[in-house]
Amino acid sequence: MYQHILLAADGSQNSLRAAKETIKLAAAFPQCTVEVVMVADYDKSRYDILHAVSSSELELKRRKILAPVEELLQTNNISYRVKILHGEPGPAIVDYANQEKVELLVIGSRGLNALQEMVLGSVSHKVVKRAQCPVMIVK
Amino acid sequence: MSERLRTEWFGNVKGDILSGIVVALALIPEAIAFSIIAGVDPMVGLYASFCIAIIISFVGGRPAMISAATGAMALVMVPLVKEYGLNYLLAATILTGIIQMILGYFKVARLMRFIPRAVMIGFVNALAILIFMAQVPHFWGISTMTYVFVALTLLIVYTVPRFFKAIPAPLIAIVVLSTAAILMDVNLGTVGQLGNITQTLPSFFIPDVPFNLETLQIILPYSIALAIVGLLESLLTAQIVDDMTDTGSNKNREARGQGIANFVTGFFGGMAGCAMIGQSVINVKSGGRGRLSTFVAGGFLIILILVLGELVVQIPMPVLAGIMIMVCIGTFDWSSFKYVVKAPRGDAAVMLVTVIIVVATHDLSKGVIAGVLLSAILFAAKISKIKVTESKDKGKTTFDVEGQLFFASVDSFVHKFDVSVRDQQIVIDFSNAHVWDDSAVGAIDKVVMKYRENRNHVTITGLNSASKNIIEKLAVYHDANGKISTH
Repeated sequence: MYQHILLAADGSQNSLRAAKETIKLAAAFPQCTVEVVMVADYDKSRYDILHAVSSSELELKRRKILAPVEELLQTNNISYRVKILHGEPGPAIVDYANQEKVELLVIGSRGLNALQEMVLGSVSHKVVKRAQCPVMIVK
Repeated sequence: MSERLRTEWFGNVKGDILSGIVVALALIPEAIAFSIIAGVDPMVGLYASFCIAIIISFVGGRPAMISAATGAMALVMVPLVKEYGLNYLLAATILTGIIQMILGYFKVARLMRFIPRAVMIGFVNALAILIFMAQVPHFWGISTMTYVFVALTLLIVYTVPRFFKAIPAPLIAIVVLSTAAILMDVNLGTVGQLGNITQTLPSFFIPDVPFNLETLQIILPYSIALAIVGLLESLLTAQIVDDMTDTGSNKNREARGQGIANFVTGFFGGMAGCAMIGQSVINVKSGGRGRLSTFVAGGFLIILILVLGELVVQIPMPVLAGIMIMVCIGTFDWSSFKYVVKAPRGDAAVMLVTVIIVVATHDLSKGVIAGVLLSAILFAAKISKIKVTESKDKGKTTFDVEGQLFFASVDSFVHKFDVSVRDQQIVIDFSNAHVWDDSAVGAIDKVVMKYRENRNHVTITGLNSASKNIIEKLAVYHDANGKISTH
């Protein structure tokens, strides 16, 4: 039985589907907490700071990306918390999952940036290779 | 040593040493190129990068941020160097440090929030454009081989990192292409033709300038411009490093630290510098988190120069220009094109004006000042728009006031009222307005008095408590004809 599920989300359609699958799982275990993680990409930091009025506005902007996922979790009465990581999406998620010893990591099969995926490989692929816990990839 | 200081220095030793080495390697081409932009020997930029990085690692307020000789500062000092030479630049550097220390002491970082984002976007874009323009003479219309080497450099710096990230790609480009140029005996301009590399540590000396008012008059405008530009880029970089590392920093200490670093650097033959966005991002991405990373970057840089100085002079200029083109592409905010279309008209105008003024004057500080002034004027214009809507109901005329009533908006406020009516019930509702100053109160007085001259009965409602206070203190109309009703 799962107590701590990590849901990696970036606001994409795939991550919404991943949220739906997570809800199916979490609903089966009353004590389960879902931790939603989003990565604020190093490469976007400069852009974000240049275009944000203040750091609190920037935080709000990032939280807004997760709004649809949070809404899904709320309407299904799943207990959850949100964590924003800073780094490169793949490694940041893996490091956090390994460090927190989560029992299951759920991630969408592809994210927002198709070009980056073509050049660097998908985030989910990197995560599967290096995570020390079971990983569920949602198509 | 306090616990905090220990973690800032030794909390991440392995990561900091490795990232510091990476940054040192990436710094060398930039320090040389920025010296060439400023019109001084490469050693001036290299000494500056060494001194500033080492000093700021102790006195800065943002661990893991990299400060050194920068393009933004180099661009400001060009005319000074051209007209008066190196010693005046060093004197200006020292004065820049003093100004920054004073500003830091007076907590200048608080002022950063008055600099609109549009100005900052304009700043980085103008910086990118100017650095690019400074490269053009080094590759344009020289020879076919020059173009080939610029193209090869760009090819290397953009493709190699996809497969191999351990060594900064610009350094790979320099080593590979310098070797190729020497082996194949290609005729290209080299760094050595533009200045000397001396393989010695920097030493203390007092710049050889006359200590009089005339000298001060020459260097002061440059020092002020350098201080502004340096603090602006440093505090922007600090915000970016804060965000990347998800930690806070002491911005005023950083401002003071920048001052100390420049002050000392001037005595060791280095040009004024500041924090570098690109290098700081490289540092954090390479695992740097502590002060040690900045220290190692500066230390390793000077060791490399002491050991490899003779090779540095053989770096072909087209390769350096290619690397600088990459720096420009990285510095430019490419989302600006979308920004110009999508952002509010005023913001887009401020951004464009900042860029245009900088490109026209070649002085980043002038663009920033113009941008800040323009956005302040636009803000005042926007906020001084006041709306008055009139509605009639059972012989009563209600004026709904919406907006900020202050010196800039009083004229349009007064003109919104037709005071020629007689024997009417007039209500002026301030529920959606704020009364700011005595000219606002004076305007209300004027309107109320005019109405009363024609025997209208005027009621003022909906004042918030701050507005009520100022009216009670300053208004005269309620003396003339009983009290105001405020519901």
